[in-house]
Amino acid sequence: MASDPRAILDHTLPPEQDLERDLHTEHQILNMGPSHPATHGTVKFLIELDGETIVDLDIQVGYLHRGFEKECESGTWYQAIPYTDRLNYNSAILCNLGYCLAVEKLIGIDTPERCQWLRVLAAELSRIGDHLTRTGAACLELQAMTPFLYGIEARELNWDLQEALCGARVTSNYIRIGGVKHDIPAGFAARFRETVATTRRLLADFDQVVTRNRIFVDRLKGTGVISKEDCIRYAVTGPMLRSVGVPLDLRKDEPYLTYDAVDFDVPVGEVGDNYDRYLVCVEEIHQSLRIAEQCVAKLEKLGPGPVNVDDPRVRWPAKGRVFNRMEELIQQFKSVTEGPRVPAGEAYAAVESANGELGFYVVSDGGAVPWKVRCRPPSFINLQPMPIMLRGAMLADLIPTFDFINMIGGECDR
Amino acid sequence: MSAPEDHGSEALAALLRGVPGAVLATHAERGDVTAVVDPARVLEALGFLRDDRACAFDMLMDLTAVDYLGYPGRSGPRFEVVYHLYSLERGKRLRVRAGVDAASPEIDSAISLWPAANWMEREAWDLYGIRFRGHPDLRRILLYDEFEGHPLRKDYPKERRQPLVGPRN
Repeated sequence: MASDPRAILDHTLPPEQDLERDLHTEHQILNMGPSHPATHGTVKFLIELDGETIVDLDIQVGYLHRGFEKECESGTWYQAIPYTDRLNYNSAILCNLGYCLAVEKLIGIDTPERCQWLRVLAAELSRIGDHLTRTGAACLELQAMTPFLYGIEARELNWDLQEALCGARVTSNYIRIGGVKHDIPAGFAARFRETVATTRRLLADFDQVVTRNRIFVDRLKGTGVISKEDCIRYAVTGPMLRSVGVPLDLRKDEPYLTYDAVDFDVPVGEVGDNYDRYLVCVEEIHQSLRIAEQCVAKLEKLGPGPVNVDDPRVRWPAKGRVFNRMEELIQQFKSVTEGPRVPAGEAYAAVESANGELGFYVVSDGGAVPWKVRCRPPSFINLQPMPIMLRGAMLADLIPTFDFINMIGGECDR
Repeated sequence: MSAPEDHGSEALAALLRGVPGAVLATHAERGDVTAVVDPARVLEALGFLRDDRACAFDMLMDLTAVDYLGYPGRSGPRFEVVYHLYSLERGKRLRVRAGVDAASPEIDSAISLWPAANWMEREAWDLYGIRFRGHPDLRRILLYDEFEGHPLRKDYPKERRQPLVGPRN
């Protein structure tokens, strides 16, 4: 018995007896989306099919376009931060971070050490949440409910930690220009260690159910393959690029914050199929847990200290000084009503987000309102080569491929 | 912005030597090495940056446009197309900018060099109304076909209403 089920359909009859030999077939266009249960963003695929084989694919994005850049150009530099939360809503802190780093680069300020460790901690928690959602949702869409619940339970615990850190679970609005909103609360470290232990246990359960599961492996192995050359030509970054064996990770290659002082590995794949992308994502969760543990240990060792830059241009003066001194009162009044002024010029800063290089290109005319805030969205750019990953594949391969590209509508459409 | 010089960047030095006269100005403010190139020769300059061994910018990380209408103290073309290049081999970055006139907002498409430019140029067309010569499929991408105007232009009012359209079929 041949292992390939399609072998049954092979026509082994002599031509004169094979009635299906000259059967007329024609291509059909299948419209998938914009509101399809498996496209957990709002996106439309126009799929040209020959039977069940994908001949071509047109991707239509933009259904979640909210005019992010136009909104940014009409408020203060600070008012753009909550909008960045709504770019990639699975890892909002990473989006806050990318924007704030770009503005800080433009102003030319450096943040205190404690703030940088807090930012790394917050960023890694955010990345863990994103990867858990991606791998969990991918299982769900391949009809595996149990691992999805393991993933989502771990994500809930992770969100509880993020809530303890910034008061919100999804739209965190945590990173500020020149600092962060809060220091970690009392008792955070103990709670964090408990959550990490539970997360590792859940990941082990997840691994047992999924990683060597025959159905799961068959759906992922050899599907959605992309070559290294295509990744580079299409500027693909993140786990997708690492799945073809290129170890590009901005945390290692252009270390920002304190990433050069933490110990972690960059996992890479070999063939660039969905299974490699799955393995890379799961390993990145383990590496992020490692980084977060080092951050918490370091924060305990550092002891209390400032979490905001001492620069009245961008951060409010301490309340004690505002209530007792004239200059600080004026400064606070101006900060609240006008917002900080940013020197004229341009700057580009990028962070390694859960999907790849999340860059912000900011232009200022020297005023209190951004002239331009451009977000380089990894989801948008990684989605572009999807047709070449799927031409000639089966229709069912579209689901896991789309899952592991992990297009997030808010970030793709902005 | 100053007369062209290399700011210690090997790639910029190679560009100044390899495509003489195409670079109009350079700067390295805040550590971002930037070259402003002649828009008529932008494809030549980008092609050199991709293929020359001292540059090897194999990834077009980002392409966007900026509308400088009313920017204080600015003379020169209204729009600029901004390319952010990354070299995987060398781990270096370079920003290339090219001016685009308001009267005929047109520039050569970079698709022949990097297919990644396809959607990014469609987005710049959609939001800024800059046409890319040689682009095979210059449709709107984030907005719908019936949308009137290009919303990221500085003279597009934020409050402007758009016609409501129903399903196309």
